[in-house]
Amino acid sequence: MSLDRIFDIAGSGMNAQSVRLNTTASNIANADTVSSSIDQTYRARQAVFATMFNEQQQALGGSLFAPDDQAGQGVNVVGVVESDAELQARYEPDHPMANEEGYVYYPNVNVVEEMANMMAASRAYQTNVEIMNTAKTMLQRVLTLGQ
Amino acid sequence: MSLSFDRALGVHEQALAFRAERASVLANNIANADTPNFKARDLDFASVLEAQQSGDQRSVQMTRTHANHLQVESLIDQAAGLRYRTPSQPSIDGNTVEVQAEQARYTENAVDFQASFTFLNSKFKGLMTALRGD
Repeated sequence: MSLDRIFDIAGSGMNAQSVRLNTTASNIANADTVSSSIDQTYRARQAVFATMFNEQQQALGGSLFAPDDQAGQGVNVVGVVESDAELQARYEPDHPMANEEGYVYYPNVNVVEEMANMMAASRAYQTNVEIMNTAKTMLQRVLTLGQ
Repeated sequence: MSLSFDRALGVHEQALAFRAERASVLANNIANADTPNFKARDLDFASVLEAQQSGDQRSVQMTRTHANHLQVESLIDQAAGLRYRTPSQPSIDGNTVEVQAEQARYTENAVDFQASFTFLNSKFKGLMTALRGD
């Protein structure tokens, strides 16, 4: 019964969105984490999503030409990437973390963007919960068949 | 007299299976609402019905005009009725999922599922009444 699959699909969606929420939380928490060198400064992190296919489709690269009689099996987080955006170097000679030239490096986290990201992720999470709930109602109804 | 469930239950059994299948396709669309380059898909009732009636499960037919032509049926084998959606507002990351529309379709499909279920259930109830005979 393909209704069982909905639990996996919506579950994978919830999982992916919670990873996204996690990276957002990490980004916002570290929005003001300064450093005295470029290498050590925190960079904004983003989760990368990809569609999950079943094994047969995976073997053929999940392409259009795979025997895709199924539409996919949910979403997968393939990794977390760091943003390449430029760090903010601020001239703060009195700062305890300032380097010899008096600069401190601030992360490339855009707090406004992260807040929008957070809201989008939580809405998507909610939607997946709704999907799972509806699937549950449908399954429970099937169990009453013939009663 | 042997009792055939297939004949007793009619189309409702398959209708219920179709609704369950479509629910998982739509759930997959919604789960992938933020996946770059994901293309939303849907099951088309009319073409599934047609495929069931004609007994032909393949939606794409290729004619081989030469003996050396490859058999493509195994390559391009979309299940009958599984189609890609045309988005009304395509997004820049190549994703064609419109969550609100998908959610509306999912809910509609769940109601249709209930309807099919009610029909199927009443078939069973009819059979039970016939068996009890009171």
